[in-house]
Amino acid sequence: MSTPQPPMPQSAAAEWPAAPGAAPSAPAPAYPTYTSPIPVVRTHLGHALASEWTKIRSVRSTMWTLGVLVALVVGIGLLTGLVIANADPDLGGESPLSLGFFGLLLGSMCLITLGVLTTASEYGTGMIRTTMVACPSRGRVLAAKALVFFLVAFVVTLVCASVVGLLHVSLLEGYNASEPTGGEWLKGTVGVSLYLALLGTLSLAVGSIVRHSAGAITIMIALVLAPLVIALFMFSPSLSDVQQALFEYSIPNQMSIFYANSLSESGPSGWDPLWIMLVAAGAALGAAFALLRKRDV
Amino acid sequence: MIELEGLTKRYGEKVAVDNLTFTVRPGIVTGFLGPNGAGKSTTMRMILGLDHPTAGDVRVDGTHYDRLKDPLTDIGALLEAKGVHPGRSAYNHLLWLAQSNGIPERRVREVLDEVGLTAVARKKAKGFSLGMGQRLGIAAALLGDPRILMFDEPVNGLDPEGIHWIRTLMKSLAEQGRTVFVSSHLMSEMALTADHLVVIGQGRLLADTSMAEFIRRNSRSYVRVRTPQREALLDALHRAGVTAVDGADGTLEVDGTPAEAIGELAARDGVVLHELSPQQASLEEAFMQLTAESVEYHAHTGAPLPPQQQQQQQWGESWRKG
Repeated sequence: MSTPQPPMPQSAAAEWPAAPGAAPSAPAPAYPTYTSPIPVVRTHLGHALASEWTKIRSVRSTMWTLGVLVALVVGIGLLTGLVIANADPDLGGESPLSLGFFGLLLGSMCLITLGVLTTASEYGTGMIRTTMVACPSRGRVLAAKALVFFLVAFVVTLVCASVVGLLHVSLLEGYNASEPTGGEWLKGTVGVSLYLALLGTLSLAVGSIVRHSAGAITIMIALVLAPLVIALFMFSPSLSDVQQALFEYSIPNQMSIFYANSLSESGPSGWDPLWIMLVAAGAALGAAFALLRKRDV
Repeated sequence: MIELEGLTKRYGEKVAVDNLTFTVRPGIVTGFLGPNGAGKSTTMRMILGLDHPTAGDVRVDGTHYDRLKDPLTDIGALLEAKGVHPGRSAYNHLLWLAQSNGIPERRVREVLDEVGLTAVARKKAKGFSLGMGQRLGIAAALLGDPRILMFDEPVNGLDPEGIHWIRTLMKSLAEQGRTVFVSSHLMSEMALTADHLVVIGQGRLLADTSMAEFIRRNSRSYVRVRTPQREALLDALHRAGVTAVDGADGTLEVDGTPAEAIGELAARDGVVLHELSPQQASLEEAFMQLTAESVEYHAHTGAPLPPQQQQQQQWGESWRKG
């Protein structure tokens, strides 16, 4: 619609006379029209990604949740490493990487919070309307949010898991710990980081569905903790199958599979937890997208 | 240009916007007037594709809003809910908006300068006063230098200097050939800025007319007369073919005859006058009359609701709609 004109500041544009029919591509409009000197751009996902990146880095809550994540994972990793090394243990050929599990289990709460806040907080402030006015393609908004969050969560978790892994291997050298293989390194760093980033993305989708930060965070924490807790109180033998399944598919147990120290012998193994979480996050994003299209903002 | 065609929005049983059809044209300021809860904000949200219409259609420059490729350069909007994250700085708020539409970053500094927020650009939005928040919202609307501007209650919370600034800004934007659509519940505010007027009440279109036409039609002028010799004056007026109606406090009101003529008629018969004053019914009264009728029309009760009750009913409706 716009003619290619040199970019001019608004003050100069304001002095432009209202030229009737200024847009040459328009079929001789009957009314005066205004043509902006700003070049017209066809927006795409890249613009939405840049926009969401600015959003996520320019609020304090991102720094808080990721800061606490780093502090928990590295802090707890360092403490466990030091305590065990001081006790002069015999690890009996165990991989030292598995010690990183505790820090990451707690750290998952931070990723859940940040994931939920990425979507749900916009409903609390009313900013979602500004967002949807700027980008009317609702699917694009959700995709950009999910991608930016996933990458941020993955990179931060990967760095933390790798630092803690290296720390444990060097601290526990010579205590009969096994030297982790390449496959074990891959699962204990990239694998578990992908898993947690997907858990955060699931939270992001739940935040978009629930549209309420506290509600969505509560749902997600319950999802992580409830199966284990419920299984603990299933004393009846008739429920033992259910109890077993709750144990095996609980999120903490799925995480521990990345360190090959599952709480149970049957159930998911290898890379299974990653695929399970991928399907769960994908389904939740699909539901979030369908609702986002249908509902009023 | 914004075109509405039979636009309707229902929330369950309640009709918020009822079959609205009108066009907002470029080059002038169009006022969108209605009492609180009349459906102004709902209509604006439907224009912006935020709410889905139950029926009807709305187009922005001939296109549905969700088909616009870089909407901020087509239409800039200041919505009632400010839509700013309290923890984000004014600069970053405008930056993400600019990035989402591929608008160059220098525009952020330009609009901040234009609305006078440069000094607080790096401050968090939660520290902003109501007026500063309103200015930030206007900066966001101006960011894409759009052909269409839409302001929902822009003068809310502004001081007199800010109100004057908004009025001048809206007029100059319209003079540049842009479409300016501004909502308000204050007739007096519209009378000062709008060239065209769209009035709604209970979601229905009550008037779609030029401001001059609205003033001509609705500002009734009459002469108020007070006299101790009521019958004598009525006789004198009657003989001259002038009719008077009873006004408040035992006064008489005469339409369509200048005060001078009434004075001379009274003097000819030696009638004593205690008051003879030309009166002008305010536009605010005309507006209230217009919208009050729509409330009565909907209530279907014989007696009109007392004003207090109307107020509460409308207030409650706006709250339910959020």
